[in-house]
Amino acid sequence: MELTLWTYEGPPHVGAMRIAASMQGVHYVLHAPQGDTYADLLFTMIERRDQRPPVTYTTFQARDLGGDTAELVKRSIRDAADRFQPQALLVGESCTAELIQDQPGALAQGMNLPMPVVSLELPAYSKKENWGAAETFYQLIRTLLKPQLPPAGLSKPDPKRWQEQGRRPRVNLLGPSLLGFRCRDDVREVRVLLDELGIDTHVVAPLGASPEDLRRIPQAEANICLYPEVADSSCRWLERQFGMPTVSTVPIGIGATEMFCRELQELLGLEPTSQGSGQSRMPWYSRSVDSTYLTGKRVFIFADATHAIAAARIASRELGFEVVGLGSYSREQARAVRAAAEELGLAALISDNYLEVEAAMAEAAPELVLGTQMERHSAKRLGIPCAVISSPLHVQDVPARYAPQMGWEGANVIFDSWVHPLMMGLEEHLIGMFRHDFEFVDGHMSHKGEKPPGPEAADPITLAAEANGVDEAELLRWAPSGQAELSRIPFFVRGKVKRNTESYAQERGIINITDEVLYEAKAHFSR
Amino acid sequence: MPDAFFLVVGSRTCAHLIQSAAGVMIFAEPRFGTAILGERDLAGLADANEELDRVVADLLQRRPEIRTLFLVGSCPSEVIKLDLSKAAERLNQQHRGRVQVVNYSGSGIETTFTQGEDQALTALVPLMPQSTTPQLLLVGTLADGVEERFLTLFERLGIGPVASLPPRRSTELPAVGPGTKLLLTQPFLGQTARALQAKGAELISSPYPLGVEGSELWFRAAARAFGISDEHTTSVLEPLVTRGRAALEPHRKALEGKRLFLLPDSQMELALGRFLQRECGMELVEVGTPYLDRALQQEELDLLPADVQLSEGQNVEEQLQRVRQSHPDLVVCGMGLANPLEAEGITTKWSIELVFSPIHGCDQAGDLAELFARPLRRRGALTFA
Repeated sequence: MELTLWTYEGPPHVGAMRIAASMQGVHYVLHAPQGDTYADLLFTMIERRDQRPPVTYTTFQARDLGGDTAELVKRSIRDAADRFQPQALLVGESCTAELIQDQPGALAQGMNLPMPVVSLELPAYSKKENWGAAETFYQLIRTLLKPQLPPAGLSKPDPKRWQEQGRRPRVNLLGPSLLGFRCRDDVREVRVLLDELGIDTHVVAPLGASPEDLRRIPQAEANICLYPEVADSSCRWLERQFGMPTVSTVPIGIGATEMFCRELQELLGLEPTSQGSGQSRMPWYSRSVDSTYLTGKRVFIFADATHAIAAARIASRELGFEVVGLGSYSREQARAVRAAAEELGLAALISDNYLEVEAAMAEAAPELVLGTQMERHSAKRLGIPCAVISSPLHVQDVPARYAPQMGWEGANVIFDSWVHPLMMGLEEHLIGMFRHDFEFVDGHMSHKGEKPPGPEAADPITLAAEANGVDEAELLRWAPSGQAELSRIPFFVRGKVKRNTESYAQERGIINITDEVLYEAKAHFSR
Repeated sequence: MPDAFFLVVGSRTCAHLIQSAAGVMIFAEPRFGTAILGERDLAGLADANEELDRVVADLLQRRPEIRTLFLVGSCPSEVIKLDLSKAAERLNQQHRGRVQVVNYSGSGIETTFTQGEDQALTALVPLMPQSTTPQLLLVGTLADGVEERFLTLFERLGIGPVASLPPRRSTELPAVGPGTKLLLTQPFLGQTARALQAKGAELISSPYPLGVEGSELWFRAAARAFGISDEHTTSVLEPLVTRGRAALEPHRKALEGKRLFLLPDSQMELALGRFLQRECGMELVEVGTPYLDRALQQEELDLLPADVQLSEGQNVEEQLQRVRQSHPDLVVCGMGLANPLEAEGITTKWSIELVFSPIHGCDQAGDLAELFARPLRRRGALTFA
């Protein structure tokens, strides 16, 4: 039993809904009580979808439990098949239905339905949303491609075969789905990128694909695994069964996009082209003099694996930040996140407990947080600027404008959205210069409309001391001169200065913090 | 009840529901949590009861300000028959003097979300002290401002003392007994009402205080039960009624003659339909409610047109088909259906907003009507030509 309020991922049947709702011509019959129908609004509200997800809930009630819920399942399956006439039918159950063991998948298999039926077994008490999405996508592909399985022993198709066939090479984009971060725009950006390389985008799935489209997957030379959280297991299976190579570099950031292009060109036997990064403004913006103030900014990153790894690379190499924390809730991809963290001399935080992440964030004392909606809340509480880089999403993370993360334009979007929450370089100095003016006194609202952090909001020392039952005030005392000096420091850095000074004093056994101690600490910590 | 905490004992779906379906709960974060059952709890490897004790001890250590802990049963906890009333008893022993622990079912295998309020209040009834002192007991949550206003009005009417369930502080539960007269603020509190009646309280039947008419009848019913003269009641209510009707007028113009379809969601549908038909001049295409408690809704039913199309229970596909066929001017529905209907050109109003907004009383009638007029006004105001 695990105590939580927020969860990074929903239950696995929500992952299955993401696949069904992303596709055309697929319907999902979900054996679930009325309470589970809340999941509709993930799609109609957060993604602002103009239609209900293609899901029929059996909505069994307490009074049905003694009776024949299996009959209810069969009736729901038949109704859904008649009403929606999908090209493929998914059948599964949610957490409660799993306990009553009606086995809706098996029931559906025995009903002689005119369309392929995929029975989903998604263990609700041990697995989560992304696993459910990946498993559903994989089972769907497997079921639909079974008739095309090449006989064993057949040699792998040559990814350079397009050259003899007098056509452009083609690849599939696998992984983009609803409720993924900026998938809609990433697909458009990667299509353009591929087109410029002379490559055709063959099938994009699950987003916008029909079962018929999935059947065309093997016609392409390779699969691009855009989001391993969703497409990794499918790509592996296609590699094993159809000999289709997988391109696994995710093109988020300048360096990764360059690598992605090179990997594709090599695989497909295309001539290497000159660097495409000239198409992005991001490298110049990052080199430009105004960005000097970004140097060494302390950044804390927590996201799904794909976006966390990409963010760490961009932050450390392309923006000159210092990554002070890196982690992910994607246990399935934990190994890759650990490797990325090790490269930066960090230990990755793999956790689905947002309180643990918040504690790590407070401990790392970053100047910028890159995270999910959960970290946005934590960062707000701690008074640290934050940019959202990954699911789980809020409606505001599905913007009306074109805002990809991938490719050249994605790099531009990332520069803007990560840098804007920070204070500009000159602004920082000017605020220092005018800090005694009325605009900067305590409690003044900045033009960004956010309140300054409360005095104790971001104070891990106080928190730690409380947790240990020790009254910090007994150990440390701020002398009037120290207090006066502290109050002259602008509110947005005061917490940090206070913290640094206290830890400096503590380490040296200083009990009385005077103005001199504050300045000694400042000199000690100045970078 | 800021000193109460609701701990759902359930699955990951429960936690996900709370965070997704109730984005508004962000503001109530300190008052909700889920104890997620894992495989080990189901397989019996870990004794679910021991695990629950551990989770509760953790929670209480972290949140010492909690005075009342609600253990909320869920679909999975009901199906595996985890006995939360026994658990509450045990935890009450363990944490005696610090916190009171009660339990109820918030399970999604029941009918609808407003049942949760009914169940939570029912769970508090056994803890209420017994008393024969005459009093008026307001039952059901109200916005703070509305509650204050109602208390002032009861004082003007000469009714008192007045107590509220739930109280602002969970530890200050009102007394109940033969002298208590109950006045419900919401139509979905059937179980709570029956539990209080079993303790000797007497239920005042009335339409619910939505709209000018409903609110006036509601106050009048209370005044009659307390033997207040009609002349005095009228002298108190008259100015409110006049003012309330004036506030309604501009919205009535926007709503009059428009066709309304209420999809089942909150159990407030009958009272809303009555208000919108009688006071705002709307035409009722269909009034759906997830569950119809005739004992509590008879007065509302009496005020609805005799030929009103009522439907009970939820079958979303069939209901949507009827919506499409009748093409109403306004549909009141849950959040999951609003955007799809808007995309089909059908104007909607989310019913969840009605549970969270101050809409009760004569003084709020104008605001209540405005909630329905706004989507229509907006549709009229937008143009992309």
